[in-house]
Amino acid sequence: MYHYDSIDFLVNEAEKNNKKLSELILKEQAERMEITQDDLYNKMEKRFEVMEEAVEKGSMPGLRSASGLSGGNAYKMKRQVSEGKNLCGPLFGHAMTKALAVSELNSCMGRIVAAPTAGSCGIIPAAVLTIMEDKNIDRKVAVMSLFTASGIGMVVANKASISGAEGGCQAECGTASAMAAAAITEMAGGTPSMVSSAAAIALKNILGLVCDPVAGLVEVPCVKRNAMGTANALAAAELALAGIESRIPVDEVIEAMKKIGDMMPACLKETAQGGLADTKTGRLYKKAGLGL
Amino acid sequence: MMIDNMRRTMDVLDIIGPVMIGPSSSHTAGAVRIGKVAASLLGTKPVKAEIMLHGSFAETYKGHGTDKALLAGIMGMEPDDERIRNSLEIAKKIGLEYKFEKTYIENAHPNTARIILWDKDGHKCSIEAASVGGGSILVKKVNGMDVEFSGRYETLIVLHEDVAGMIAEVTYFMAQRGINIGSFRCVREEKGGTAVMIIECDSVVPKSVVDEIKKQPHVLSCVRIEKLK
Repeated sequence: MYHYDSIDFLVNEAEKNNKKLSELILKEQAERMEITQDDLYNKMEKRFEVMEEAVEKGSMPGLRSASGLSGGNAYKMKRQVSEGKNLCGPLFGHAMTKALAVSELNSCMGRIVAAPTAGSCGIIPAAVLTIMEDKNIDRKVAVMSLFTASGIGMVVANKASISGAEGGCQAECGTASAMAAAAITEMAGGTPSMVSSAAAIALKNILGLVCDPVAGLVEVPCVKRNAMGTANALAAAELALAGIESRIPVDEVIEAMKKIGDMMPACLKETAQGGLADTKTGRLYKKAGLGL
Repeated sequence: MMIDNMRRTMDVLDIIGPVMIGPSSSHTAGAVRIGKVAASLLGTKPVKAEIMLHGSFAETYKGHGTDKALLAGIMGMEPDDERIRNSLEIAKKIGLEYKFEKTYIENAHPNTARIILWDKDGHKCSIEAASVGGGSILVKKVNGMDVEFSGRYETLIVLHEDVAGMIAEVTYFMAQRGINIGSFRCVREEKGGTAVMIIECDSVVPKSVVDEIKKQPHVLSCVRIEKLK
């Protein structure tokens, strides 16, 4: 059994056994849960299906959250891409649409998969589903990549935190972005050490990001940070697949994230007292009773 | 933070999961679970619910749908039920009367709710519970007594008179039926007064065992709280 306290350890195990990280993690987790690998794969596939449904429902027009602060942007983005007008091409446009869709659906009380949290639920589906569809990658490879993402996420959860209240947004969107980068790097044929570099690069880029939700709601800036986390995952995977390595090993990046989270003042950790929540407009939204 | 004393090792389905209705694992999914534990404690169909919200729950409940989530749980819905969004209307339709109030509870976790439920025969129960993150909950009070359990395990709550041999008696029945106890806690109001055992078990406790325990002398009540999904 693994302790999930080091990504380097998992990478070494995978390379030693000539396996993908996802294969290693599926096998170990199925043994731990005392179920067959097929059963565990099927459970993960169910979650994958919920992610696909969430993209579909979240990009419909007319979606609006109870506060009125979110909804409808995924539809705008989708239209822009389908008309061929978006700046960075179809793949990037599809990724942005999906990230907004899932995250907005979450704000609107729709059904999502917390990955690893509800606030960051758009990043992994956006990255994984876009790469699967736009690169014609087998669905099974995409579902399997969620095990690789999970391995990264479990190490972060064990060694640092995946909660905004404990570690700021770096712990939620940062972790999700690292998990997504790892998943798509494996999907694209990256080696386990490339997967590890992708996770390290993605996480490094989001270190220090605070959790400052306006009126205490999972809406502003969370929805757009899901788009950012997805873009960052694509960038990190792109670099890692070119053979670019992280100078700081991934386990040390996670340690740094933990220390930064501990140093972060409480007003920037999901308490809605600092940052964007404490701007003139942010305070107005709160006063207008949006959180009440 | 210690979330529960039998904290399970995290697995892949925790990190990519749970499947839930948004927007917040603590303010929505956790709230459904708190409602479910309250309903499980009542054991019969609730007709009236009084819900008090403390801290962040009180400040943000409308935006997070915490009110809808609590009520959905009270009506037996799971955290991934798409009807949660409409639970206020559903409650009205099935004749469940409800009231939400903001409150302040000394030293309580910021995401705390206090729920009182009644059934049509006037039976009443109350819980106070906190949503401590990621959808996990911690029940802090049951019918006014201090307790502490997470609902992640099958849980028995035994209210009894504080006399010698009670723990041995109750655990004896469980041992006989092959029910392994994962954690055990017994607290009392005062020596010789009323005490409560909180027993977290590894397997389902059949109704027959609950009834057996109920019949024992000095036992005032025995309630089984079904393991949360």
